[in-house]
Amino acid sequence: MPEQLIFAMEVTLNGLMAGVLYALVALGFVLIYKASGIFNYAQGVMALFAAMTLVGIMNGQVPFAHLINAIFGGHITHFGWTIPSFIAILLTVAVMVLLAWLVQVLVMKHLVGQEPIILFMATIGLAYFLEGVADLMWGSEIKTLDVGIPQGINLWIDEKTYNIFGYGFFIDNLDIVATIVAALLVTGLVIFAQYTKQGRAMRAVADDHQAALSVGISLNFIWVLVWSVAGFVALVAGIMWGTKSGVQFSLSLIALKALPVLMLGGFTSIPGAIVGGLIIGVGEKLFEFAIGPMVGGATENWFAYVLALLFLVFRPQGLFGEKIIERV
Amino acid sequence: MEEGYVTEDGRKIGGVVMEMKNITLRFGGVVAIKDISFDIRQGEIRAIIGPNGAGKSSMLNVISGFYVPQEGQVFYQGKPRPQMRPYEVARQGIARTFQNIALFEGMSVLDNVMTGRLNYMKTGLFQQAWWKGKAEQEETENREVVEKVIDFLEIQHIRKTPVARLPYGLKKRVELARALAAEPSLLLLDEPMAGMNVEEKEDMSRFILDVNDEFGTTIALIEHDMGVVMDLSDRVVVMDYGKKIGDGTPDEVRNNQDVIDAYLGVAHD
Ligand SMILES: Nc1ncnc2c1ncn2[C@@H]1O[C@H](COP(=O)(O)OP(=O)(O)OP(=O)(O)O)[C@@H](O)[C@H]1O
Ligand SMILES: [Mg+2]
Repeated sequence: MPEQLIFAMEVTLNGLMAGVLYALVALGFVLIYKASGIFNYAQGVMALFAAMTLVGIMNGQVPFAHLINAIFGGHITHFGWTIPSFIAILLTVAVMVLLAWLVQVLVMKHLVGQEPIILFMATIGLAYFLEGVADLMWGSEIKTLDVGIPQGINLWIDEKTYNIFGYGFFIDNLDIVATIVAALLVTGLVIFAQYTKQGRAMRAVADDHQAALSVGISLNFIWVLVWSVAGFVALVAGIMWGTKSGVQFSLSLIALKALPVLMLGGFTSIPGAIVGGLIIGVGEKLFEFAIGPMVGGATENWFAYVLALLFLVFRPQGLFGEKIIERV
Repeated sequence: MEEGYVTEDGRKIGGVVMEMKNITLRFGGVVAIKDISFDIRQGEIRAIIGPNGAGKSSMLNVISGFYVPQEGQVFYQGKPRPQMRPYEVARQGIARTFQNIALFEGMSVLDNVMTGRLNYMKTGLFQQAWWKGKAEQEETENREVVEKVIDFLEIQHIRKTPVARLPYGLKKRVELARALAAEPSLLLLDEPMAGMNVEEKEDMSRFILDVNDEFGTTIALIEHDMGVVMDLSDRVVVMDYGKKIGDGTPDEVRNNQDVIDAYLGVAHD
C-alpha cells in the first residue's frame, strides 16, 4: 500500500474522533432548537460552565471565593477536600438541571411566542452572563481536568497497525473514550426519546406545541427537561474537550465549530448533527493533510466554514433536510 | 330537568357536567364572547353554531383553557374551575380537536394516537429504567386502547403512515382518534367535518354518534353544516357577533326568529 494512503487512513481516523466532539456540541443545539425553536448561542458556554463546575467541585474549590473574600476580607479558596470524579459528575449534572430550570423560569418562560431573533438575542445575553458567572464562581485561570480518562497513544492500535502496514497509527486513548461515550450518549438519547413517557412528550412538543398541550403535556416542564438534557450533553462535551486541552475560556469557542456542522446536518436532525460533525472532523483533517502544505497550512481554521458556505449555496436544507420548495 | 332526561332515540342524558357562566372574552377592542352562559349535560351532543367570526372557536378555547376569559366562571362537574393551563384541562379528561388540524406531522398515525395516552403513563423515567415489568404492562394496556380506537375509526390501513402524507379528511379522523385515545369524559370538536366531501361527512357523523352511544362520551361540537347539526345534536347554542342568540333543541333553534335573521343576514342595528 502506498505510504500516502496509509497516512491518509490515519488522518481519517483522527478526523473521525475530532468530529465526535463537534457532533456532541451540535447535538446540544439541535435538541433545544427542535423542542423550542430557540437557537441556543449559549451551548458552547454551557460546556465551559459545566467543565469549570466539575473541576471546581472535584478540587473542593469554594464557589464565588473572590467575591466572598472581597466582601468579608477572608482568604478562603478551598474547602480542603477533594471529591471523587464520579460523585462530582453527578453533582455537576444537578447544577446543570438547576441551571436549565433557572433559564426557563427566569428568562424563556417570559419570551414564549416571541420572534426567533428575540429568543436568539436572549441566548446571546445568557451566554455572556453565564461566562461571567463561571468566571466569578470558579476563577478565570486555565485548569486541568482529570476524571480518570486514559490519555496518550493507544499502544494496541499502534502495534496492530505496525504489523499490518509497517507503520503504527497514532490514535489517542482519549479520542477512543470520547467516541465510545458519545455513541452511548446518543443511543441513550434515542431510547429515551422513543420509549419513555417524557421522551415521547419531548418529541410531541418538538412537533407541535398546540397539539402537545391538547394531550396534556406541560410545555414548561418539557423545556426544562430539554435544557437539562442539553446541559448534560454540554457536560460530556466539556469533559472531553477539557481533558484534551484544559478547561479555559476558549472552550466556549468550540460552539462556533458547531455552526458549520449544523449547516451541513440541518438544524433539526439528530443524525444530521452526528454525520455533519464527522464529515467536518474528517474533512478538515484530510484537507489539511492533502492541501494544507500547498497553501501554507492552518486550513483547519477556515475549512469548515467554507464547506458550510458551499452547502448554503448548493444545498441550503442540509444533508437530511427536505428539499425546500418555494410555494407561490 | 336537573336529573336529566331520555332522548327520542332512547339515550340517557344526565345532569350538568360543564357550565359556562357569564363568559366574556376580549382581544383588545374585539369582543369575541359577550356575557354568554350555557351548560353541557352528561352524555349529550351539544352543538355550537353561528356565522363566521361569531366566537364559536373562542368558546371552545375557553372551555379547553387555551383562552382565558376576562369575566365569568367555568364550572366543571359542579365545582368552579380555577384558571387552568390547557395541559391541566386536558389532564382533567377534556380532549379536543382543532379547526385547523393540529397533528404531530412528523410521526406516524399510530404514534400520534399513542400520544393521547401520555396522561395514562404513570411510571416515571426512573421507574421505567429500573422496573421494566411495570412499564411493559402499562405499555401493553395503552396499546390495547389505542388499537381499539384505531379499529373503531377504521384507520387500520394507515397505522404506520406518516401523518404528513395523509389527505385532509383522514387527518381529521386521526385527530379524532388521538382525542379518543385519552378516553375523555368531555370531547370538544371544532368543525370536525369542515372541508370534507359528502361521503367523508357521513362517516364522521356516524363515528361521532357511535362514540357518544358506545362510550357515553359527552361531546361539544362546532359545525357549519346545518343538516349535520340537526341530525347529530341534542341541544344547540347559537352565537352571532359574540352573543348568544339561541339555545335549545334543534327544532326550537330552527324556529327561533333571531337565529333565522342571523343566518339570513338581516342587518344588525
Ligand atoms: N387569538 C386571537 N387574537 C385576536 N383575535 C381573535 C383571536 N381568536 C379569535 N379572535 C377574534 O375573535 C372573533 C371570534 O373568532 P372565532 O375564531 O371564535 O370565530 P368562529 O365563530 O370560530 O369563526 P369561524 O366559523 O370562522 O371559525 C373574531 O373576530 C376573531 O378575529
Ligand atoms: Mg372557528
